[in-house]
Amino acid sequence: MELKLPIYLDNNATTPMDPRVLEAMLPYFTDKFGNAASRNHPFGWVAEEAVDYAREQVAKLINADPKEIIFTSGATEADNLALKGVFEMYASKGNHIITCVTEHKAVLDTCKHIEKLGGQVTYLPVQEDGLIDLNELEKAITDKTILIAIMYGNNEIGVVQPIREISTIAKKHNILFFTDATQAVGKIPVDVLADGIDMMAFSGHKMYGPKGVGVLYVRRKNPRVKVTAQMDGGGHERGMRSGTLNVPGIVGLGKACEICRLEMADEAARLSQLRDYLETSLKELEESYVNGNVNSRLPHVSNISFKYVEGEGLMMGFNKDIALSSGSACTSASLEPSYVLKALGLGDDLAHSSLRFGLGRFTTKDQIDYTINAIKNTVTKLREMSPLWEMFKEGVDLDAVEWSHH
Amino acid sequence: MAYSEKVIDHYQHPKNVGTLDKSKKNVGTGLVGAPECGDVMRLQIEVDDTTGIISDAKFKTFGCGSAIASSSLATEWLKGKTVDQAMAIDNMDIVEELNLPPVKIHCSVLAEDAIKAAINDYRSKNGLEPLEEKK
Repeated sequence: MELKLPIYLDNNATTPMDPRVLEAMLPYFTDKFGNAASRNHPFGWVAEEAVDYAREQVAKLINADPKEIIFTSGATEADNLALKGVFEMYASKGNHIITCVTEHKAVLDTCKHIEKLGGQVTYLPVQEDGLIDLNELEKAITDKTILIAIMYGNNEIGVVQPIREISTIAKKHNILFFTDATQAVGKIPVDVLADGIDMMAFSGHKMYGPKGVGVLYVRRKNPRVKVTAQMDGGGHERGMRSGTLNVPGIVGLGKACEICRLEMADEAARLSQLRDYLETSLKELEESYVNGNVNSRLPHVSNISFKYVEGEGLMMGFNKDIALSSGSACTSASLEPSYVLKALGLGDDLAHSSLRFGLGRFTTKDQIDYTINAIKNTVTKLREMSPLWEMFKEGVDLDAVEWSHH
Repeated sequence: MAYSEKVIDHYQHPKNVGTLDKSKKNVGTGLVGAPECGDVMRLQIEVDDTTGIISDAKFKTFGCGSAIASSSLATEWLKGKTVDQAMAIDNMDIVEELNLPPVKIHCSVLAEDAIKAAINDYRSKNGLEPLEEKK
């Protein structure tokens, strides 16, 4: 079979929608267009029934009760609702939140906002492998702490935090535990009961569902968690998130969850094998380093630094044919290299030299072979024109060089 | 971000990649930028002692496509110029030639710095005062 270009290996950014999901959604744009809140006629009943069914599909994937599923516009909104909603709801108990430096911006920037409102936020550092230190977490707890917000799996390096240990600590101190599980749900088994999660955010478009729909799981028992609504209106979603339900999106998300539940085990095994093959092949290049803990990690993610070549320059060698992300500064508007990689203690030079691979449901072995070949060729070519590579080969200590910073 | 055709061409077919013998008195070397900033350029010129004309120029660059293209273009422009003519190369000439977008202007600045650093290295090796940067 001929290889079709370009190849998509940026599944942490977004995933293509599974055709089965689209098929499930289509009737809800046209024939079954009703408002799920219209209680008095069949159009509304049909929509409500579809939403209820999707809520069950979603709940089943994460071992929750359907009533604990709050539909949102995506993970960013769910992160905002969880953090701001708890900050407001539990104001009489305290104002301190503990999170960590490698969280997604949707969590970090919301925490910054909460600080402006008078909240106290502790940003835990991570260790070299990207995991938080549980002792540091426990030490950060005060009598004002109301929430621990630590992500499940990291979007840049794929590292999976010790969720059960974190929730145990939270429970011991009677503090709520929220996790942004956008990259984890549908990829690895996530069980809100066994994992001891009180609130959890995730999104449809990272799991082969549609964009514009996400979930905040909010626990109803042991403890019963409440968040203050951040959007006022008709009191939808048990009063926590007003706004007419995105019925087609919710139907799609439900279907996406069902497919993940049924296929996840096989899919994770297939992807981790492909990912390991990619990684092993690329590590044959001298001076290439895998970033983050390789034992506690999502099965479809790899982040590799190719020392002495710059990430954007590297991607230019194949970005017509292969879609990837880089931790390099030049790809972002900020000109700062990835804050996640820097948090691992990586020097800026290694952060600039990194590529993130996000494999997915439609990734094939042929695509990976093509990618390995293209990257090996480009790295080799760019090193031949890299002054740093030449100096490294001559034994020059690059850290001892006085660089002209600009 | 889309690259201009000229940037892509220099990236795919860089001109004058290589290393000149920096121990030679008539070779000037400029090494500018820093690894943690994401770009380092090394630009070298070889000056014909009798004519004062730059007879050869080589570069090696660690950086994005625009940085590679800027230094590749610079080596092309340097060859055949006198040192004084080379000193007059302005980063905005590079920006114009390569159609660099605003976020990539720093690549052209770096190339201009590298040219000036190489010339001054050549001058100091030959007992001449370094030339002031006209900024």
